Amino acid sequence: MSAVVVQDLVVRYGDTIAVDGVSFEAAFGEVTAVLGPNGAGKTSTIEICEGFRRPSEGTVTVLGLDPFARRSELHREVGVMLQEGGVYPSARVGETVVQYCDLYGRGADAQELVARVGLRDRAMSTWRRLSGGEKQRLLLALALAARPRVAFLDEPTSGVDVNGRDDIREIIRELAAGGTAVVLATHELDEAERLADRVVMFHKGRIVANGRLNTLRAGRSSVKFRSSAELDTEALSRHVGLAVERVQFGVSGEYVIHFTSDDASMSGDLVARVSTWLGSMGLPLHDLAVGQQRLEDLFRELTRGES
Amino acid sequence: MSALRAQLRAEIALVRRNGEQLLVTLGIPLVLLGFFSVVDVLPSDTPEAVDFLVPGILALAIMSTSMVSLGIATGFERSYLVLKRLAATPLGTRRLVAAKTFSVTIVEIVQMVLLVGLGLVLGWSPVAPNWVLVVGAVVLGTLAFAGIGLTLAGTLRGEVNLAATNGLYLVFLLLGGVLFPQDRLPGALQAISDLLPTTALAEVLRDTLMSSGDIGSAWFVLVAWAVLAPLAAVRLFRWN
Repeated sequence: MSAVVVQDLVVRYGDTIAVDGVSFEAAFGEVTAVLGPNGAGKTSTIEICEGFRRPSEGTVTVLGLDPFARRSELHREVGVMLQEGGVYPSARVGETVVQYCDLYGRGADAQELVARVGLRDRAMSTWRRLSGGEKQRLLLALALAARPRVAFLDEPTSGVDVNGRDDIREIIRELAAGGTAVVLATHELDEAERLADRVVMFHKGRIVANGRLNTLRAGRSSVKFRSSAELDTEALSRHVGLAVERVQFGVSGEYVIHFTSDDASMSGDLVARVSTWLGSMGLPLHDLAVGQQRLEDLFRELTRGES
Repeated sequence: MSALRAQLRAEIALVRRNGEQLLVTLGIPLVLLGFFSVVDVLPSDTPEAVDFLVPGILALAIMSTSMVSLGIATGFERSYLVLKRLAATPLGTRRLVAAKTFSVTIVEIVQMVLLVGLGLVLGWSPVAPNWVLVVGAVVLGTLAFAGIGLTLAGTLRGEVNLAATNGLYLVFLLLGGVLFPQDRLPGALQAISDLLPTTALAEVLRDTLMSSGDIGSAWFVLVAWAVLAPLAAVRLFRWN
């Protein structure tokens, strides 16, 4: 049984359609990343799963239950990390974690949790005195206080420094390894790439990609390099034998050529053609890299042509 | 039960920590009682000002705690998404309301002890008080004012709620028969005053503490507010 099942979900706010007929599932023991830019419909979808509101259309089940109608049962076993806020400014770290451990009553040890999220030295600090990263750590601790079977984490590493991100990722991996279904909402594709087993990619309220990370990236490769900003992408694409839209120009003279093949010989051939052509044009070639397409590139590719 | 205990502990910790709010809740009624009992500048229907003031100030204290403090704190909890986060725990609305009711009751008990103590020091002498009815009036007043406070907190933004609650507090203080008899107000204002929960609570407390015997429809008005205001809160309150 999947921990979370979303079928044909529609969310409307007045005349605005925030989520338009999306379907996906999240399994126990896996991290499912719900991805997309701000305003893509991620938080609306997650909030329906958390039982905060009713779907306009479609059905959602979490642990086999309707999350809105059966929320009092569901909230015993579901951990929630809001995108922001949730703690009174004058509340102290330690006592807030104790409060949530007691609210859930599932045997989580407050002191252990505070230490696990790296806030042992800040246990007596109030919420208002915490940094952005420390606030995220505390919100994560409150989600863990449920000893959840399903955890909905909205932008868990937002505003967190590099070391803090590593800590939070490690906790999320441990959570999933322990059998929890982790649903991670994030606009940071890089974050999903590091953590997710499965990816659900949102764009303008719809899903543009849904599947296991490896499957989504399978057969999608790219060659990246830096060169002159004046490079003629049309001429290059003709030379390498790919459609011009396969060659993208990024920032700082970075170019990406997407191609669909796992064939290593094609990568080698493509690299040879690019370097030959650049040489013949007298253009520089720097930072050449060949590899599997990144989520960021995949997202660009799937949403190309849509403003 | 442990969820209720956990929430009650958190509510009491927050009340303790919001010292400035507690000071206003406890301080303003004590200062008003002390000042206007000693400086006899307000009209009253009793030979000693303190005999008129104690029941009225008790009504004001109940309003301060259950409408102003509770309403403003809850409004900000809503703005800070504290209520939204709590809504995703097994706590539930009933236990949240119970925890808030307990914390309000604790503050009210402290207020009553301090105000009655100061009143007695200033020479207040209750006349055949009916303490059972006093407790009943305090409970009804608490329900009425908490209902008003939570209705505003559950529908308005934090800052708007702050302004609206304080504005209402001022109107109830001026028109509610707290500091001077409401029959001294001009006709139109008196008609409005008759319908206010503060006026009703102050009159009922005067009757039960001082045997004033002149309460008209005050019990009816108080019961109506105690029923309708919480119903409005339940119907209109939004967690986020």
